[in-house]
Amino acid sequence: MKKTRSFHRLVSVALLCMLSSLTVFAQNMVTGRVTNSKDGAPVQGVTVSIRNGRTAQTGSDGTFRINSASASPTLTFSSVGFTTQQVIASGGNVSLSFVENNQRLEDVVVVAYGTRRKSDLTGSVASVSSKDFQKGNINSTEQLLVGKVAGLEITSGGGSAGGGSRIRIRGGASLNASNDPLIVIDGVPVDGNGVSGTGNLLSTINPDDIESISVLKDASATALYGSRASNGVLIVTTKKGRKGKINFNFNTKLSLANVGERVDVLSADQVRAAITADAAETGNTTYSSKLGTANTNWQDLIYQKAFGADNNLSANGSFGKGKVSIPFRASFGYLNQQGTLKTNQFDRVSTALNLTPKFFDDHLSVNFAGKYSHIKNTFANEGAIGSAVNFDPTQNPYDAANKYGGYFQWLQANGAPVNTGGGSIAPNPLDLLYLRDNKSDVNRFIGNIQLDYKMHFLPDLHLLVNAGVDAATGKGNDNTDSSSVTSFQTGGRFHFYEQKKTNSLLDVSLLYAKEISNAFKFDVLVGHTYQAFQTKDLNFASFSQKGDTIPNSKPDYNDSKAEYRLDSYLGRVNLSFLNKFLLTGSIRRDASSKFSPNTRVGYFPAGAFAWKLKEQFFKDVAAINELKIRVGYGVTGQQDGIDYYSYLARYGRSTQSAQYQFGNTYYTFLRPSEYDGKLKWETTATTNLGLDFGLIQNRISGSVDIYKKKTKDLLSTVPIAPGANFNITLLTNVGNVENKGIEFTVNTIPVRTKTIQWDLGFNAAFNKTEITNLLANPDPNFQGIPVGGISGATGNSIGKFAVGYAPYVFFPFKQVYDNAGKPIEGLYEDLNRDGVIDDKDRYYYKKPAADVLLGFNTQLSIQKFTVGVAGHGSLGNYLYNNFNSNNGILANLRDPLGIVRNSGTNFLESNFKLRNFFSDYYIENASFFKIDNINFGYNFGKIIRDKANLRLSASVQNVHTFTKYGGLDPEQSNSAGVDYTIYPRPRTYSVGASIDF
Amino acid sequence: MKNISFSKVMMFVALTAFIASCGKKLDLFPQHDLTQEQVYASAAGYKSILAKLYGTLSISGNSGPSGQPDIAGGLDEGSQVGFIRGFFNLQELPTDEAVVAWDDQTIKSFHNLSWNSADPFILGMYARPIYNITLINEYIRQASDANLASRNITGADADEIRKTKAEARFLRAFNYWVMLDLFGKSTFITEADGVGTFLPVEKSRTELFTYIESELLAIQNDLATVKTAEYGRVDQGANWGLLARLYLNAKVYTGADKNTEAITYAAKVINGGYSLQPKYAQLFMADNEKRKDEIIFAINCDGLRTQSYGNTTFFIHAPAGADNADFGASGGWAGYRATKGLADLFPADGSGNLDTSKDLRATSFYTSVRKASPSQIAITNIGDFSTGMAVRKYINKRSDGLPVSDITLAFSDVDYPVMRLPEMYLIYAEAVLRGGTGGSSATALNYVNLVRARSQATQWSGAELTLQNILNERGRELYWEGHRRTDLIRYNLLTTGSYLWPWKGGVASGTSVDSKYNIYPIPSANRTANTNLTQNAGY
Repeated sequence: MKKTRSFHRLVSVALLCMLSSLTVFAQNMVTGRVTNSKDGAPVQGVTVSIRNGRTAQTGSDGTFRINSASASPTLTFSSVGFTTQQVIASGGNVSLSFVENNQRLEDVVVVAYGTRRKSDLTGSVASVSSKDFQKGNINSTEQLLVGKVAGLEITSGGGSAGGGSRIRIRGGASLNASNDPLIVIDGVPVDGNGVSGTGNLLSTINPDDIESISVLKDASATALYGSRASNGVLIVTTKKGRKGKINFNFNTKLSLANVGERVDVLSADQVRAAITADAAETGNTTYSSKLGTANTNWQDLIYQKAFGADNNLSANGSFGKGKVSIPFRASFGYLNQQGTLKTNQFDRVSTALNLTPKFFDDHLSVNFAGKYSHIKNTFANEGAIGSAVNFDPTQNPYDAANKYGGYFQWLQANGAPVNTGGGSIAPNPLDLLYLRDNKSDVNRFIGNIQLDYKMHFLPDLHLLVNAGVDAATGKGNDNTDSSSVTSFQTGGRFHFYEQKKTNSLLDVSLLYAKEISNAFKFDVLVGHTYQAFQTKDLNFASFSQKGDTIPNSKPDYNDSKAEYRLDSYLGRVNLSFLNKFLLTGSIRRDASSKFSPNTRVGYFPAGAFAWKLKEQFFKDVAAINELKIRVGYGVTGQQDGIDYYSYLARYGRSTQSAQYQFGNTYYTFLRPSEYDGKLKWETTATTNLGLDFGLIQNRISGSVDIYKKKTKDLLSTVPIAPGANFNITLLTNVGNVENKGIEFTVNTIPVRTKTIQWDLGFNAAFNKTEITNLLANPDPNFQGIPVGGISGATGNSIGKFAVGYAPYVFFPFKQVYDNAGKPIEGLYEDLNRDGVIDDKDRYYYKKPAADVLLGFNTQLSIQKFTVGVAGHGSLGNYLYNNFNSNNGILANLRDPLGIVRNSGTNFLESNFKLRNFFSDYYIENASFFKIDNINFGYNFGKIIRDKANLRLSASVQNVHTFTKYGGLDPEQSNSAGVDYTIYPRPRTYSVGASIDF
Repeated sequence: MKNISFSKVMMFVALTAFIASCGKKLDLFPQHDLTQEQVYASAAGYKSILAKLYGTLSISGNSGPSGQPDIAGGLDEGSQVGFIRGFFNLQELPTDEAVVAWDDQTIKSFHNLSWNSADPFILGMYARPIYNITLINEYIRQASDANLASRNITGADADEIRKTKAEARFLRAFNYWVMLDLFGKSTFITEADGVGTFLPVEKSRTELFTYIESELLAIQNDLATVKTAEYGRVDQGANWGLLARLYLNAKVYTGADKNTEAITYAAKVINGGYSLQPKYAQLFMADNEKRKDEIIFAINCDGLRTQSYGNTTFFIHAPAGADNADFGASGGWAGYRATKGLADLFPADGSGNLDTSKDLRATSFYTSVRKASPSQIAITNIGDFSTGMAVRKYINKRSDGLPVSDITLAFSDVDYPVMRLPEMYLIYAEAVLRGGTGGSSATALNYVNLVRARSQATQWSGAELTLQNILNERGRELYWEGHRRTDLIRYNLLTTGSYLWPWKGGVASGTSVDSKYNIYPIPSANRTANTNLTQNAGY
């Protein structure tokens, strides 16, 4: 048997050789024309190549001619901006309708462990490609998606340069565990948390390097990521090289940002009047004697106009020739961004290299992606924002006579700053900004190599390998000058820190894809993946400016390391019948080091079915381009956001400042931690029903999704019986949360002519999240777990996790108002009618999460000119105005320690004399709609004798916010909905130029 | 073909081996933590646990002053997790001795005598003793002879650990006494219970009293001889003192008097070799470890090594305002003062100012900013810190003038005196007056006059030795040491209309309140988690 086969093979090889040697001598002229698939216009400069290396270029009329050895050669057409295509030229003449690249990108979507044609998707997946990203001065990747995807909420933490955002997909299913989606960058799932020195690891990725971002929303789309997938997945894909000659792009953007709005506080004259009146009334001159004569607007003193410059250079093409031709893309970016709070600065140098060579007659495809970036942060002390609104405006900012940096400060009789044990209780905001130097350096490398080997003996079978590493190092110096009132006791404070995070990944999988006939296609994926996360902190003491070690700052350990690992198997089957019915089934088995050997394994199955109604019923209806319904169900898990070692019985040693003296010796403690040895995954079961449509040449397209998520075994910290364990609460699996909602996305092209195109897109998402259980033994009298700490006094919170309500539901007293609609101070409704106003009269009222999220974008192109507008909004979200409740009373002017402060002006409306933290008066509707940006573009087209292409752009960001909310900004990243003082988001103007050559 | 199959098999085997090896890598243990076996492998490990058993009374967690609280549950570590501050809030704030200006959660409901079962301060103070007992039980289990033998801990090390077992049992009895006094009942766990998610049982007030009494009696000969323990640890003196305190309040706790026993055990302490120190003020200063001839049981604090916002650091900041320097504190927290009720216990001069020449203990009510004058003492608004009587009893300065350990003056060195000799004198006298036998009125009078003489207060005649006067003397001698609520309850004055002080019950002139406020409610969160717990009457 063996012999016979070998002989056959030998014969066929010999025959093949003979044939090819014969054909070498034949010469065939092949001609043809290449046109743009979009408008039929000829395409110039397309490289046409034949296997043996001969190449030709198309002329201005799109035609080409090429000599071929074969009569019907396979021609490869490639050009920047177009999908490389292969055509067999059988008749000596070829006409090719060449498809532009961006169209291809719309068609193929990156999904979990692979790609999928958009029309074949069975799950709820939204993909946003670079041309649809948010425009303007965008410094961090996630900001590209604001308002773009229904059900995806991205809220920046404020206006800080390089600051991070809160990302939520469909509202979040967890309470104590993380609600952040999993982020996958070029196939490497990354640690969502920052590294010391930056709160935002996504800012290490240059937005200019990103090709597309897929947003995986339902369980059938995310379940292949198993135990990390409950809150959705963002898959970020960077730009890759295209075969052909090398092209360059240089783009530059200059921006200017300005904080327009200020928090309303009393003027210096108002403060003087109020304090003087108070002194006359009480006879107490403690405060009036301290008034100054200046008129200082502290908020004006802390903000600046912020400049930014973003420069990016990239090269794209292939190097080498013939078989060793390697497509590549290399980029270099340099961003220089000031913050609007003085001293805040964010600089980033980023480089990226993508190589996509193929070997062994294209049997082996290699995809190497490497990204390295270096960030320099100069953090401003954001405490200055709260200090500025609180500081006495009657004082001159400077006082050359004191020893505290020449800034005015509140001092005690003995010359020391007024304090309660730490630094000054009311530091001058300029001290906070200028006497602290807080800088960090962050380096990050994300690299991976993906191999796709088509088996020689069975080309339908692919061996896929993905080996990757994400290594981040953050280090910095946080130094406070000895003249600062914040660290006067220690004579300054100099601190160095360093943290290293590494995350390594190895995926090995087999993919078998087979098209049996037109009627039946299938593919099967089976794989194993292993991922290890390690965080290592180097610990250092702090020093005074003179170099003395600050007491108790010496670390107990020189370094500390925490690790977590995930070992998983996955499998997926895709079936397609008659190109009408699509069926997907997948399962992932995750084992996590965060759980005990008995509970660490979890299985996360999912299945989905799609029916292409277009193919079934409307095949010949031209007006309907796509019509598909999708049904999916899946189970996913969550394990992020909890301690790595929660399940273990362990003893921890106390710090040097927590010892006890016996005799003449101090002993550190050993303390056992509470633990639940049976801790396991949170699991979420999601059902999703979807409809995709495209009508009238896709001029109206979009989708509708309805979903329901049920999360059980929440990783919750709940009360346990005192005395049973080493605490009164325990992280255990208790509780249920339900999310349900509906999402709409509609993209339309109301006008499309040869010269004018108008695009209009809109999305909306309704979501409702409800806690359905919190306790192992449900108790109807349980008021819930207090959440949402507020500023002003110790330990107070305004919200609850309570059964039957949304997470963070507010829990205030019900304010009573007089006939004129003014609140009556201290008078609340006795809701339980027992004659006493106590905790039992507080009630559940509104919530911080939005009912409805909206996104809107439109673009008008008239010949070479484009103008676009994008916005987003939310409805039904409420905020607790903590600034008003704490600062917005007249009494705030008189600090008990004998110093004058400033007050918010809210008391002019409320007439409140004292703090009434728990009044629902302070819970305000924070629904809003924001115009995120208005942008303009002009495409000059070819310049410098057709050697280059130039586009100019300009934009305004954060244009306007429509809201009734009384605070500075209704958009808050604080999940608990407590608005105290926020780094204001500035309005940013930018101009840019992009040149291709 | 065979070759291909073989290499395929090899590849598969290699891949499987690689994948299988990954599974084993999932057993990870934190770098610096220890397992139970590692902790108890040596005598040094036992000592570190013993330090924690004492340390739970001084600091709120494993990181000073805060950061790794012992008790979670949404509690504020500074004000609700530390023992001394929590105990003070529950024992002193409802009385004439203290009011607070702050708006921290429900803190004002203590002086108003209007708390309820959802109160976070009460939640913290129910949790703290029980948490301490959970650790103590674990220690007692690990200190069993069988465990010591199996770990090869023998000889002097083993003997020492056996002695610490008696100390652990004393600390357990002390923590249960706190539960008995505040809540009138308790979650009950001993070393026989394990660690897990079971529901512990509850013991009634009488059962708890019997248990505490039997434990204290059982260990008295296992503890170090009176006045011989090394600094920071307890001996027979603390044990007998706690018995005396328990017996004095037996009528409240069980309905039956035990005054004879109170006399017996107070006398045992008094005859144990303790003596009054010459200066009252020095008992509450940064170097009060030197006063151990008078202080029977103290909770140690150190400005550098034993830091907490819930130990005496609280006493040097919370009652201070802009006069913080007088307290030896870097700053004031502008919160706590006393009412006129406490002022009225002291003699005043012609213009109504407290007269320190007639009682040195009144010196504490003067600072460089605030004088103990009638206008200062009158509180018009509890939230206004500028009114009320200053209490500068705990001072973070050394009597020898040397610098304290935390030169920034943020944290206190003052050790907290749980039990002092004068309390024993006053227990003796009160128990004699209440009909206990085994003592004499003459000795009682002598004891009280010893206490008064130290502070230059006039000597009492025999006729002045009355129960009411003893209560007043306790107020003068022991104010702000955590006795006042217990004392007022023993005299049935805490909730009744017989004795009113400013803002009692939330009314400026004072008012009586429901008698249910003589005992704290069981926190509702705990009853939710443990269905064995029953609520106190009225809540």
